Order: sequence, then structure tokens, then C-alpha cells
Amino acid sequence: MTPALRICSVTKRFGTTQALAGIDLDVAQGEFFGLLGPNGAGKTTLISALAGLVRPDGGTLEVMGHDVQRDSLAARHSLGVVPQELVFDPFFTVRETLRFQSGYFGLRRNNAWIDEIIDALDLRDKADANMRTLSGGMKRRVLVAQALVHRPPVIVLDEPTAGVDVELRQTLWHFVRRLNADGHTIVLTTHYLEEAESLCGRVAMLKAGRVVALDTTANLLRRFSLHRLRLRLAAGAALPPALRAQAHEESGFWVLSYVDHGELECLLAALREGGCAIDELEVGQADLEDAFLTLMRQELP
Amino acid sequence: MTGFRTLLYKEVLRFWKVSFQTIAAPVLTALLYLLIFSHVLEAHVRVYDNVSYIAFLVPGLIIMSVLQNAFANASSSLIQSKVTGSIVFILLPPISYGEFWLAYVLAAVFRGMAVGAALLLATLAWDIPLWAGPEWVLVFALLGGAVFGTLGVIAGIWADKYDQLAAFQNFLILPLTFLSGVFYSIHSLPPFWRMLSHWNPVFYMIDGFRYGFFGVSDVSPWLSLAVAGATFVVLAVLTLVMLRSGYKLRS
Repeated sequence: MTPALRICSVTKRFGTTQALAGIDLDVAQGEFFGLLGPNGAGKTTLISALAGLVRPDGGTLEVMGHDVQRDSLAARHSLGVVPQELVFDPFFTVRETLRFQSGYFGLRRNNAWIDEIIDALDLRDKADANMRTLSGGMKRRVLVAQALVHRPPVIVLDEPTAGVDVELRQTLWHFVRRLNADGHTIVLTTHYLEEAESLCGRVAMLKAGRVVALDTTANLLRRFSLHRLRLRLAAGAALPPALRAQAHEESGFWVLSYVDHGELECLLAALREGGCAIDELEVGQADLEDAFLTLMRQELP
Repeated sequence: MTGFRTLLYKEVLRFWKVSFQTIAAPVLTALLYLLIFSHVLEAHVRVYDNVSYIAFLVPGLIIMSVLQNAFANASSSLIQSKVTGSIVFILLPPISYGEFWLAYVLAAVFRGMAVGAALLLATLAWDIPLWAGPEWVLVFALLGGAVFGTLGVIAGIWADKYDQLAAFQNFLILPLTFLSGVFYSIHSLPPFWRMLSHWNPVFYMIDGFRYGFFGVSDVSPWLSLAVAGATFVVLAVLTLVMLRSGYKLRS
């Protein structure tokens, strides 16, 4: 089956900055894919290259088998992008904005779907309000609606929940999950790693324009995440010297990291033998944030 | 074609929604020019034997308003969407660069024609137009609007900031339109300035447009049509090359 996205050896330089340093990536149709990385890693440049807003110096990009440069109109038909910036046209209402966006994609009689998106994103009350009068969260909803108005098979959300409230996040993720279940391929960039962990089946981590990890979320958690034992010692108690090397202090707690739960018994035994009195103790689950931090701290080859 | 039609409709609706600013204001400005210049110069200037100065002035002011507003429409729309970032909504969809150009130019022509028509209606009170050849009036209004709409697209794409656009407008568009025979016949100029005016394509647009009213002009309307048409073709090709290369729009 044709991959939803095929990215081959893509490079892009802005002045002295190498924004993309040879990205290779395939995203299968129907995937919920996460694109993670710190600021400046190249996520938005990669998305812009997919959308045809940035022209790569080298390599090729395809959306649903259509080359982004050579077959640009077909590629754009297949892609819906929610931009990171909160942009809007101040002359028009929400409904006009969505009708225009629908028309730009060649769809004239699209009111039923526009109404469905308006309802799904809880924009009904603001449908005839001017874009200028909307709150930031509402504008974000309209941006999402604009990207979906032509029912693209591939939807890219570039930090869609940056600075929005919990309610919108829940509404948005409910809707995006539904779209994914209906067969749409979703590519998500976010700084909220718990979102990526709960939503994405596969994740690519970018650093300095390169893919430093590409795997299923479960595999990344297994490979790069450490479990955490957090404990607060009783007054006067001290951590045994043998454990000091693998511990660090965090808000009055000692944090001990370990790879496998089998190691937990050894740690507890070492604490017992050291005669440590413990006031509080908790075991933390491995999460994508740990994997992310581990990967970002590693030196690039 | 739906993408093109939608973009055209959006651009027309954009200026129509603020028509007090985009149509009524330039009409008022042109009428003020007409009142003041005609009052001051009517007794002193006569360009053609059977044409009063105020009658001479009206077509010049109308076509100047058409040109300036066509330019303003395309350039202001583009710079605003670039500065606010909303240009992305037009760059993401499958709209070809030819459709992009044509939609902006046609919307610019519509605004220019709307201002020109309103001004023409307002000046009917003076009992001026003689209408020697209405087809010339229409051709030069449309062609002039298209030339300046295309210039507006170029300026809107080139400028990154409002002050750059203002520089384009003040140091290129304004001198080209004012030094083109709107307020005078170039035959009244010293030889050097007359020669220079012949290198200004706007002079031909104004002279040809005026021919449609009086049946007399400084140069043949066919020459004016050829110059205006060639200017349009050159600017259109330049704009299409810019858009195709993604200049300042697709980095």
C-alpha cells in the first residue's frame, strides 16, 4: 500500500542553520504518528516542506504517493495542516472562513460537512462571529476545522494544543481519534509528551534536523525509559553510599532510576541494609518524557 | 476553477466589506482634487480648444483613481495576509500560481472599476463627458486596472513590511500616476519633461482613456493601447515567474 507520507533524504539549510540534515521517514496510511523534538529540531520545517511552504535543498517528499514538488496540486489535495501560529483573516466570520477554505480545495457544496465540523469542535455558537472577536482557544478550533474542511486523508497537527484549555484538548483529541478511526492518517507534533504517549502508535524524535529515534511508542518506552523510585527519608536518615551514584535529589525526595522492575528488590534491600528509615515511597512508571530526555541528552554521532 | 472562483470572491468580499474605506474614501479624495484644481485653474488653463479644463481633468482623475485603487487592493491584501500569516490558507490549497495571480488581479480590477464608476456617476453633475468612444474608455480602464493590479501583486509579494509597501507606493506608483498627464497635457511641458513622459507607460493609459471621452489625445489611442498592452504582458510574465519560483512566499 502507498505510504501516507514518504520522506527520503530531505535536507534544508537556512543560512548557516542546517534545519533538516537528511530525514528519512515513512508513515503508513491510517497511522497516528508523533513527531517530537525540542524547539529548533526541524519539526515545523519538515511539516512546511510536506505542505509545499518550504522547498527542500535535497531529497523528496510524497503525500499519498504524490511528489510535493512535481505533483504539488495533488499532494496538497491529500494534506490538511493545522499551523502552529494562531493565524486568521480578520475580515470574515467563522463560517465564511470555512466556506472559503472548502472552495480553495475545489468543494463548493460542502455545507453538511462544514456544519458537522462546527458541531464536533463546539463552534456552533460562534459560527457567525467575526474571527477577530474569538478567544485564542476558539481561533485554534477554527484552524483545526480549516485543515479538515476538505476531508484530507493525511492530517498534520503542528502543536495544536499549545496554550489551550483542558476542555478544548479533550474535544480535539476525541475528534481526532474519531478521524483516525475513520481511516485518516494523523501526524502530530506536540511538546506535551503525555499526549503523544497516549495517542501515537509510532513516534519519530528529531534533534538538530535528524531522526534520532523512530519506533513504536511502546518500544521507545522499553528502550529508553527508566523507572523511578522516589523516596523521602525520615529525619536524620541518610542514603547508603552504595546507592548515591544512581540517585539524585528532587524537591526533598531522593530519586533512584532503574531499568527493570527486577532491580527494585535489590534497591529496597540496599535501603534496608543501610538502616534507612523511610517516610514516603513511590514507584514511578516509565513515560515518553524520560525516553525523550534520554535521547536528547545523547550526543549525535 | 472552484479554487480560483473562491479566491476571487473572497478578495472582492474583502474590499466590499470595508467599502466606506475602499470605495467611498477614494471617490471623495478625487472629488476634492476636482473641486480645488478646477476652481484654481479653470480660468487659466485650456488644453484642447473645445474642452474646458474641468472636463479635461475628470477623465484623468477617474483613470488615476482606477489605477491607484487597483494597486492598493492587491498590494494591501497580500501584505496584510503575509504580515498576519493568513497567506498560509491560500498557499496550502491546490491553487495554481496562474489562478492566484488572476484572482488577485481581477479583484483589483473590480475595485478600480467600482471606484471609477462611482466617480463617473458623481461627476455627471458637471455635464462633462462627451463619450467620443466608450469602447476606449472601457478598454483602458480594464487594461490600466490589470496593469496596476499586477503591480500590486508584485509589490505585495516583494514587501515584507508595511513601510516597504509604502515606499513602493510613494516612490514609484505615485510619481508614475501624477507625472503622466492627469492634470495637464504633456504638450504643455518643456521638451525634456515631454520626452520623459513618453517613457512613462501610465501616460499612455491616461491619454488613451481620455481619448474615449473627447476623441482627441496627445498620441494615437492605438499607440497607447500597444504600450499599455505590452506593459501588462511584461508585468504579468514577471509576476507569474515570481509566483512560480515561490519568491518570498515559499522559502
